[in-house]
Amino acid sequence: MEYRLKTPISEQEIRRLRVGDLVIVDGLVVTMRDAGHRRAIEHLRSGRRLPIDLSGLVLYHMGPVVKRVESGWEIVAAGPTTSARLEAYEPELIERTGIRLIVGKGGMGARTAEACMRFGAAYAIYPGGAGALAANAIESVERVEWLDLGIPEAMWVLRVRGFGPLMIAIDPSGRNFYDERRREVEENMRRILEGGGLRR
Amino acid sequence: MLAEDGIRRCVVKLIRAAATHLPEDVKASLRRAYELEENPLARRMLSAILENVELAEERGRPICQDTGIVMFSVKAGERFPFLGKLPGILRMAVAEATRKIPLRPNAMDIVTGINTGDNTGDYIPWIDWEIMPGEDYAEITVLLKGGGSEAAGGVAVMTPSAGIEGASKFVLEVIKEAGPRACPPLIIGIGLGGTAYAAICLAKRALLRGMGSRNPRRELALLEEKILEMVNGLGWGVHGVGGITTALEARIEASHRHPASLAVGVVSSCWAFRYSTMRISGDRVEFLTHEFLNDLEVR
Repeated sequence: MEYRLKTPISEQEIRRLRVGDLVIVDGLVVTMRDAGHRRAIEHLRSGRRLPIDLSGLVLYHMGPVVKRVESGWEIVAAGPTTSARLEAYEPELIERTGIRLIVGKGGMGARTAEACMRFGAAYAIYPGGAGALAANAIESVERVEWLDLGIPEAMWVLRVRGFGPLMIAIDPSGRNFYDERRREVEENMRRILEGGGLRR
Repeated sequence: MLAEDGIRRCVVKLIRAAATHLPEDVKASLRRAYELEENPLARRMLSAILENVELAEERGRPICQDTGIVMFSVKAGERFPFLGKLPGILRMAVAEATRKIPLRPNAMDIVTGINTGDNTGDYIPWIDWEIMPGEDYAEITVLLKGGGSEAAGGVAVMTPSAGIEGASKFVLEVIKEAGPRACPPLIIGIGLGGTAYAAICLAKRALLRGMGSRNPRRELALLEEKILEMVNGLGWGVHGVGGITTALEARIEASHRHPASLAVGVVSSCWAFRYSTMRISGDRVEFLTHEFLNDLEVR
């Protein structure tokens, strides 16, 4: 199925998504990488508010290439970074913020899948490396927070239009696309080695 | 005679070309993968990749936001007049390119994690040298090596009893483990030799050998085919969504080995295989992979 979602995204809208669905997003996307996640969790645990209410928004694992322009910032390239590094933080972030859709590349683990199921969220991949295409979908930089973390690690609040294609890789039923894929690949590997694939 | 300033400006152009324009043969290989693919999700991923490549060219923007660690391979004639000055020129060009293109600053201090901000640092840009006897020209290749595809790299030193099969199995393991993190479809460089260092250097050389090239030795050319077939047999596919193309190419370079050891190295590139080559000969500069630059003013 293909969906077009606009932020804020409701739990009901997320609950109908399934692994393999393609999604296009309009609205607000917030970026965080490793240092941003670490700081967000610290803030939330100590009862402080985040610079922006993430409820119903899209979290994007991304560190951009940016250019300073007169009106502020221009995002020049904006493809996803590897999501697995953020597995340690994500379940808690989902629980504490009500974020609905997480976008990155390469997949996430069992704890994130469980949090998606419990709190009504989903994880999608954006085609890795497609930095120019993603930048093209960014209409404006609304704000940038935590710039002291450096440009890639700062929290960029982006207004997007037609951001995608996103492919759902963890859905709110708890299905994890890349876990299933990895099992298939392991099976293929076993068959290649057993089939004497290396001896011919 | 071409001045240092002129070379620096050309190297900035070279880096810009690598960051924003995929070489024609890499694009052709991606298009072919799209034409051959039947898995609908993989096709969608490939069409987004191709759209992205077009957009980057059109807008002069980096193809990927991870503009990588900047690496140079220099093949220099022994009489190339800028031999000693070249490292300094390359370093200045990298800092300038970072500002102008722009590139993402990716050089972090190994202890403090502080970003230098201009993509230069200790041993960064990385420079590999090859000296050509008797010649007076130089060929400079820049490779922008993204972080993700480093997941699909590694080196192992085996006992010779493991044989070529053992080495091939190691390559397969590396690619299998990296999976979607390395942004497949990949281009895989494989080095075989006697030491870990030799194997990994040869793997990088194999990666840069040029699309469609085959190892001149028949047995190794066949092994290249065989490994590519097996890697694609894993079924990860484009960005791990499945389909027939996990890698576009696999290339092997080999040295003689030690009686007691067989080393295998793997260096892979993501689909965004961003490199560019130029030749400096006397006062002439010729861009070899991005020929459209030759029509521009090069001084």
